[in-house]
Amino acid sequence: MEGKPLIELSDVTLRYGGDTVALSQTSLAIASGDFVALVGPSGCGKSTILKLVAGLLRPTSGVVLVRDREPGASLREADAVRVGIAFQNPTMLPWLTIRDNVMVPLKIVRPFREHYARKRRGEYAERADALLDKVGLRGFGDKRPWQLSGGMLQRASLCRALIHEPQLLLLDEPFGALDQFTREELWAIMQNLWLDSQPTVVLVTHDLREAAYLANRICVMSARPGRILETREVPFARPRTIEDSYAPDMAALVQSLRLRIAQARADDQGADSADLERIAA
Amino acid sequence: MMASARTRQRMMSAMALIGFFMIWEIGCLAFGVSDLILPRPSQVVAVLWEKFPLLWPHTVQTLKTTLAGFAIGVMVGVVIGVAIGSSRLAYDVAYPLLVGFSSIPKVAVVPIFVVWFGAGTVPAILTSMVISIFPVVVNVATGLASTEPELEDVLKVLGASRRDVLFNVSLPRAMPYLFASLKIAITLAFVGTVLAETVAANRGIGNVMIIASGNFDVPLVFAGLVILAAMGVSLYLISAWLESRITGWAQRKGDMAMV
Repeated sequence: MEGKPLIELSDVTLRYGGDTVALSQTSLAIASGDFVALVGPSGCGKSTILKLVAGLLRPTSGVVLVRDREPGASLREADAVRVGIAFQNPTMLPWLTIRDNVMVPLKIVRPFREHYARKRRGEYAERADALLDKVGLRGFGDKRPWQLSGGMLQRASLCRALIHEPQLLLLDEPFGALDQFTREELWAIMQNLWLDSQPTVVLVTHDLREAAYLANRICVMSARPGRILETREVPFARPRTIEDSYAPDMAALVQSLRLRIAQARADDQGADSADLERIAA
Repeated sequence: MMASARTRQRMMSAMALIGFFMIWEIGCLAFGVSDLILPRPSQVVAVLWEKFPLLWPHTVQTLKTTLAGFAIGVMVGVVIGVAIGSSRLAYDVAYPLLVGFSSIPKVAVVPIFVVWFGAGTVPAILTSMVISIFPVVVNVATGLASTEPELEDVLKVLGASRRDVLFNVSLPRAMPYLFASLKIAITLAFVGTVLAETVAANRGIGNVMIIASGNFDVPLVFAGLVILAAMGVSLYLISAWLESRITGWAQRKGDMAMV
């Protein structure tokens, strides 16, 4: 297994409805157990990569492989890679309690689903409560989604992404809509969860400090059509602290990432204005 | 504070109801309206009391017919609704057909049912069924079609089959729509039953009313009306109660949260 990446994108292009090219000739390999952050200007196809890996989208051309198979198709097989996902919106099912929401993957994913009817009141509920406890939601299992704040829902959504012990965790700006303190608290929780079980994580984010704090590697993407411009290693020792993220070396990394993305945006706008000049002429 | 506002609102509703009947009663007395035109509420109550043994079997008949038609209508409606709501193509293909079908005045189909099945209970059941299908189909289909794609994505990523998505997301999501349609369908089912009973039946409240009006027994006609109203309101309340029990999450009431 070593050496062979868990996720492989080779020359992947994705067009939406004919004209819009969301992703162009992108290649990316992610090893098992890695923590990769995708950053870049908005609309650059970061979330598209995530959806391709999750099997929610199919590439227009090129190949996406998760453990040598096309994602989506193989998910129902017993030895499929277990995937957990959390979006920017918590997307809780409003008719279920928080605990039942967290347990949804156990109802769907093998091998848990075979035992769901029997274990959902015992073992699985305990497991959900233990996770809720870890993210600071002790005692909220019986509440309904609308009774919780946005930050609390996002914590619950992380629990749902993790309950079935995924080997691959896909995070689409899960902390984006939170205030800074909640966000930093959840970073710390996220890091601990990752250190505990070392799933492969792909994190899409706008927040460069978040990427630097959490990831092993950061992929910087260009403006649309998205491509990966460069990949940075993040060498800092773990566990990292929030204070570390303000320390000079991490601040320097964040600053250089910021410049790289600013440049990517400028290139893009430069291209736009070149287009405009051509049209004007 | 909340409770007292609610109690006051309920008292006002009750007073409005009582006031309505009092004005009716007093108005009839004051202007000397003949009971051939508009019987007083007290006369209607007297007739109800007096003729109760005669009216009861017809009440049961109408109730059974309505419930049978309603039950079949809802089942068929849910099946069609799920079928056309879970696929964009089916939705687009079937919609014009449904709209055309639903714009047929339901009175017009009663003679056809009579031709097919003879006068009696069957045309009444079919009429109330036909009339209650459409709101159910439209609401269930709309509920399914309006499911947020993000909710479905959460399950698809986990490898959920279409069936999993239907049972875990789409159907629960459509429940508030279904219940909203049940409240409409149950009242419509009564319309269908009474319609068919007045045209082609020998039992049921509708039949009693059409015979009574032939005999100029206007108080009895009104007594029939009161019975229909009472049954309609009861079934509506039962649907509304079920709705708040099952889909309380959609109404976001604090007291429903812990059910």
